[in-house]
Formats: sequence, structure tokens, C-alpha cells
Amino acid sequence: MNAPLKNTPLNISRRTFIKAGALVVGGLVIAFSIPHAKRFLMPGSAADVAPDAAKDAAKLPTPNAFLRIGTDNTITVMLAHSEMGQSIWTTLPMLIAEELDADWSKIKVEHASAAPEYGHTAYGIQITGGSSTTWSEFDRYRQAGALTRALLISAAAEKLGVPTDSLKTENGFVISGDNKISYGDLAEAAAKLETPKSVTLKDPKDWKIIGNATKRLDGPEKINGTAIFGQDIQFEGLMTAMVARSPVFGGKLKTFDASATKKIKGVQKVVQVPTGVAVIADNYWAAKTGREALKVDWDLGENASLDSNALFAEYKKLAATTGLIAAKAGDNKTTMAKSERFVEAEYALPYLAHSPMEPLNCAVKIEKDACEIWTGTQMQGTDQAAAAKILGLKPEQVKIHTLFLGGGFGRRANPAADFVSEAVQVAKAAGVPVKTVWSREDDVKGGYYRPMFVHKAKIALDANGMPTAWEHVAVGQSIMLGTPFEAFQIKEGIDATSVEGTADSPYLKSIPNHQVSLHTVKSTVPVLWWRSVGHSHTAFVMESLIDELAHLAKKDPLEYRRALLKDHPRHLAALNLAAEKANWGKPLAKGLFRGIAVHESFGSFVAQIAEVSVDKREVKVHRIISAIDCGLAVNPDSLKAQMESSVSFGLGAALQSEITFKDGMVVQSNFNDYQVMRMGNMPKVEVYIVQSTEKMGGVGEPGLPPVAPAVTNAIFAATGKRIRTLPIGNQLA
Amino acid sequence: MIILNINGKEQSLDVADDMPILWALRDFAHLTGTKFGCGMAQCGACTVHLDGQAIRSCITPISAAAGKRITTIEEMQNDKVGQVVQAAWQEIDVVQCGYCQSGQIMSATALLTTNQKPTDADIDAAMSGNICRCGTYPRIRAAIHNAASKLA
Ligand code: FES
Ligand code: FES
Repeated sequence: MNAPLKNTPLNISRRTFIKAGALVVGGLVIAFSIPHAKRFLMPGSAADVAPDAAKDAAKLPTPNAFLRIGTDNTITVMLAHSEMGQSIWTTLPMLIAEELDADWSKIKVEHASAAPEYGHTAYGIQITGGSSTTWSEFDRYRQAGALTRALLISAAAEKLGVPTDSLKTENGFVISGDNKISYGDLAEAAAKLETPKSVTLKDPKDWKIIGNATKRLDGPEKINGTAIFGQDIQFEGLMTAMVARSPVFGGKLKTFDASATKKIKGVQKVVQVPTGVAVIADNYWAAKTGREALKVDWDLGENASLDSNALFAEYKKLAATTGLIAAKAGDNKTTMAKSERFVEAEYALPYLAHSPMEPLNCAVKIEKDACEIWTGTQMQGTDQAAAAKILGLKPEQVKIHTLFLGGGFGRRANPAADFVSEAVQVAKAAGVPVKTVWSREDDVKGGYYRPMFVHKAKIALDANGMPTAWEHVAVGQSIMLGTPFEAFQIKEGIDATSVEGTADSPYLKSIPNHQVSLHTVKSTVPVLWWRSVGHSHTAFVMESLIDELAHLAKKDPLEYRRALLKDHPRHLAALNLAAEKANWGKPLAKGLFRGIAVHESFGSFVAQIAEVSVDKREVKVHRIISAIDCGLAVNPDSLKAQMESSVSFGLGAALQSEITFKDGMVVQSNFNDYQVMRMGNMPKVEVYIVQSTEKMGGVGEPGLPPVAPAVTNAIFAATGKRIRTLPIGNQLA
Repeated sequence: MIILNINGKEQSLDVADDMPILWALRDFAHLTGTKFGCGMAQCGACTVHLDGQAIRSCITPISAAAGKRITTIEEMQNDKVGQVVQAAWQEIDVVQCGYCQSGQIMSATALLTTNQKPTDADIDAAMSGNICRCGTYPRIRAAIHNAASKLA
């Protein structure tokens, strides 16, 4: 997955097809096709028909390009991934610009269309997720830059009648002695050349862009209001739709009466779709008031009495029994029988909504043998396949225009393609181009939640206070079950995302006897990956338990972790850096208390130290000191931004977010009762980067998992109260 | 038909009196820089200025704007304080997904217009109605202080 950080001559393997071609408007275009890892290919998805190794590169459609150079010197980088705040709009162009020696001010960026060539280099389908974009594109985008540079040099050599090795490149020019020719002036000639068989990537010591803090390229348009998000798409004839959906998951439409709705000015149509009743109107306000006027009768189905308290009770009952084994070593039973000291604890975490700032929306225009979709999606691959299936089209007949995502956090990467499928159904039923939009209430109540989980653990300690046996049971819904990812992510009944962070915990590796088992609960409450997926609950549980052990053993929580993690240098590096920056062990200002946590996720290692005060039972988090080892930090400033972002997202949830059910329905509805982080309770966040040449990991999510336990461990230090249920809410009251 | 002053220009829009300013701006005046986030004055994404005051346009009916000036993010480049705020946003590289940022900038500009040297507590009070799910809060705070130092 990772590129060796050397100036490896890169043989363009025969499996990689490259095509340089001329642009109709003049210029050079570089198209690639790399056969994908087949891991996550899905039946019916466009990736299924990906050009295989036997096909000729010449057949590649040039629009599926990674890079275009115009005769006006602009360099347009096509993103195979979606920009949702993580700054990939800047990081991927950095990779190309580095190898190309491009003039950074001439870089333009576009989201690529949906096409097999843009499939994820490790996962196959076109997806942005798993904190994987930078490492998974590190080779491909550098290759695109290096190849283009080689072509431009060849073109210049021909033009000047000099050997290629007498030429160098700098800032958008090929330079020969005192002569320089701009890339734009060479683009047309370069487009006619044969693509080289191999190129050499730069030695990291020659990097000028990679590794340097680089300002976001999408900054200006997001500051002046001109950036276009899915919600902002408007064109002549486009209507707005809102869908009335069942108030209970799994409910079915019985009847509806739209007579009052149809009287509202601006309402054009009311149509039935598989998910409910769609009100189609000239504008949002008409659609919203029209939907409010609908009378709908639902058959609420089997979930009509769903209740969170009852659910938790049921989960806790299950947690008292052993589930399917996810990890096992040694002999817990015998060891426990001989032990005298134990930590026994039960942890509970709620359902959580992603609630990206931009409510979901998707515009669809259907024509004969074609469909166009405008939306912010993290998963073009499945969305395209789902739309094609509904319309009886081929995937390539569905064109997806990816617009800026007003946040994703996993919600916009849905294997079930829920909001895109629904929008296609609405447009199909309405017979006109329609943008289906969700209200915030639809978003909070509409599901695809982080699954609720209960964990129960019993841990035996030896005379030195070190753990000798660890018995762990987790209870929760599977994210992958029933999705096309099932075959890859569920092994012998265990969904890897349910036990990531527990079954593979480095702590357990150091404990000779341990067992992690899982009960997978079936439910129609729709669940999905929520920023950091399984780690969003497992890190809280594991790092709290370790703290409980350290306390019982009367040991310093940092030293305790160091002892258990002695064979895990990257955990240690992050821990040590955070501890140093936080002055661990030195006294804090009066009233402040520290908590610590460390966790690996998505290939990166993050340690966090929280400084917390508890005043009149009110928790205030003052500062989070974070240290990360993610291998190479391509853009250190966007890495820092992602760490700040993860702290905000994770801490907001830990302090106050929960989705609960009563009488079958979601209790929360909007930001008044689905509380998230705000300016007033955001702590200072300091981010330190471990200088590392280790394998690259992700940065969009790994900053999240440790924050909740770092804070609750600090609360324990402050009050002696162990928080075992999230959100923290008013548990100290 | 209602006559409005939007960003210094008179415009007549054929909208019902009770339509929130937000939707008149977005769906009728086609100014999409002002965002929808919650529809109930909880998130601040829809913040605009009404006679210079920051308001939540998602709950303010268009009738309330009669005879007043509506100013949106699209006009901030022509606003003396707005320009400085936008430059600070750029310098600190505040934005992530960007969806909340129009509202953040409108709230920050309103704050700095009346309070040229806001304390952290002033910032908390003025900005806590603006949610950023990407958590750009530390940078927003830094950018407001940065802008304040340039306005001083
Ligand atoms: S959309 Fe107006 S405050 Fe949220
Ligand atoms: S930048 Fe994404 S919500 Fe604020």
C-alpha cells in the first residue's frame, strides 16, 4: 500500500495503462488505468466492468484523466476522491505538483466523474473513506506527475534538438540553459508522444511541496460563498422534493391524503416512492410546508415499541454470556480461578447520528438512456450502480457530478446508496428533474447511525498489578451485515468493524490469557460507519479499562501503558511525545486534572492528554494535547486541522450526543436536542507530529478515538467517578 | 411581491410574506452562499445581516426585511470589516468542508463591527450559535483575534 520513500525508478507495470492524449481544446491529458484490488468489488457496480489487464490503453476514454495541461499553462488535477473538509482537494494536487515541478499558482482542481478508472487503489470501488485517500493515492498521483514531466521534457528535447538529460524542470517550465519553455507551450507536442516505459520518482530529500504546510486550494471559494455544494445546485426546471418517511424504522406506508398539500402555492406534485411520499415543489419552503400538510397513515411494523432503555437492558443481558469468539489466547478460566484481584466493568455507548453540517440532498435528471446526478457523495461507485439498477441503465449511462460535501463523516458513503437511490426514485416517479433535500429533522431521525454498543469485561491482575487474564464481551449491531462488503469484512460471523480496537488490541497481545467475543444484534435500525467506525466505541472501552487497572494497581496511568506497550514502538512514540508536551507528572494549575489515552486506528497512532476541571459537577475540557505518528505527514497543516476536527467531533459526542428511541421513534430531532460541540465548550487543541518514516496511515479519523477516554480518565482523576456510559451528559450531577 | 434591499440592490421577489429570508435568498434571489443547516435558529449556517445585525435567516420571515438592508456573504468582500475577516480566515486557513463558514464569517463580522477587541468570552458568546461540525472552532477563534488586531 505504501510507497517506499526512495527515488525508486518506477516501472510502469504492464498492468497499468497510461494514455497521453490531445485535448480537443489543445493541451495534454494524462489518463491512467490501474486494475483495482478486487477486495471490495460489488456485483453490478461499475468497477465490475473495469478494463482488465488485457484491454488496450488506447481504448481508455480520455475524460477519465488524472491531469490535464492546457495551452494556457493551467494544470487541472482530477480528484478520484471527494472533498468533504479533509483537504484532499489540496493534498492530491501536492503529489502531482511535486513530481511535475508545477507552478502551484496554476493548479486547478475538479472532482472526477464516476468511472472505474477512479476506483480506490486498495478497495476497488470509487470511495472516499477509511482515512485512506492520501496513502492509497500516494503512488498513483505522484506517477501521474512524474509521467507528465517526462513527456514534457521529451517534447522540449525534440523541439530544441537537445538530449533529454540536458534539461531540467522548475515551476512550470522546462529549462535548457538560458532557454525556458512553459508547460503550456509544450502540451500539444507532448500529447503526441509515446508514453515512457518507466519514470523515476523524486528522492524525498528533493521534495519541495510534500511535507510542507500548504494552504487549502478551496479556501477562497469557501470564504466568499461561491463554493457549490450539492444543496446549491439550481438549474432551469429543477424542482425541490421532500419525502415523508415512516417515523419508525421498518414501517410501511398504508395510505396518504395530499389534498391539503396540493393547495399550497408552489407544490407541483405528490408521488409515492418506496421510502414514503414525496412532495415536489418549486422551492424548499413550498416542499416543506407541503409535506407538513400531508396526512399519512403508516403501518409502524415490528419496531413500534422500540425503546432505548429496553434495548440496553437486552444488550446487557447478552453481555453476561459469551458470544462468538473474535480473539482467544491461553486459558482465562484457570487463570481467573487463581486470581484474587479483578476489574469488572460494563460500558455502554449510544447510537449516534453523523449530522454533517449540510443536510443530505441529491439532484437527479433522467433522460432517455441517461441520468445525471449532482450530489456530495463519498461513494460514487455504489451510487452509480444503484441509480443504474433503478433506471435499467448501464452504470456508465449514469453521470455523477460530485460537488463539495458539507461534511461526510461516513454518512455520505452508504453501501445501500440510500439518499441517492431515494432521489432517483423521486425523480423517476415525478417525471421531472428533482433535487431531494432532507431537513435537519430528517437527518437526525432518518438513521444510519453509529451502532449502540455494550461491552463487558472482567480482568484479573497479578500481585504486581499487571493483567493476567482478560475476558471481554461486546454486544452491538453489525455495520457490514447485508452490505456488499459482508464477504470481506465478516469472517465466521464476526464483523471486523465491531471488534476493531478490541480483538486486535496491543494490550491483549501482551496478556497471555484473553478472550474477546461478540454478540451481533439484528435490528432494522440502520447503522453505518461513523467517523472512526468501531474505534469510536472500542477505544473508549479499552482505554478506560486500562485506566481502571492502573488505578487498582496504584500505578501511574502513563507508566502502566508504557509497560504494557513496550513492544509497540509507534504507540510509545505517540505516548511519549504527548506526555512530554503536556508535562505529564508535573503539577497542573489548581483545579485541573489530566487523563491520558492512546489508540491505533487506520494505520496511525494517536495519544491524547486531556486537561479537565469539574466545577459544581460541570465538566470543562480546557486543553487536549495530541501526538500522532502517521508516518509521512504530506501536508502537516491539514493533518493538524484533521486532528482538531476529530477532537471536536469525538468530544462533542462524548459530552452530549445520543440518539435514543421511545415508542419506536427517535427522540431527538435537531441540534437543540442532538447536542454537538460548539465554540463555547471547545478546548484548546495542540497537535504534535512524531517524525516518522514508518508506513503511512490516515489522519481523518485517528484523532477521534482517544479523546473520550482521555477526558473521562481526567474526570476520574478529578472526582473519583468512573464514567462508563456515554454521553457524559449530567452523570456528575 | 415584496421589494427587498439585498446587498445594496433593490429587488422585487414574488414570495409569500411568511417565507423565511433564507429561502427567498436561496431559491428566489439565487444567492446560495447563505446556507441551510437546521431551520430553527440552532446552527447559524443561515446567518445574514439585517441592517448590520446578525440574524438567523431561517426563522426570520421575509416580511421582517421590508424597508431594511439584507447583507449576505456575497457582499462581505465589499464590507470594511468583512474584508478583514475574510483575509484572516484565509491567513489562518480556517475552513474545512466550508458549509458553515458563510454563517461563521457573518457572525464574526457582526461581532467585530460592534466590538473591535473581543475577548475569548465575547467570542464564545457571539459564536456559540454557529455550529461547525468540522470543528474549526480553534481556527475561527484565532482568525477573529487576527482580524481584531488588524482592525485595531
Ligand atoms: S439554518 Fe438557520 S440557524 Fe440553522
Ligand atoms: S467547516 Fe465544515 S461545518 Fe464548519
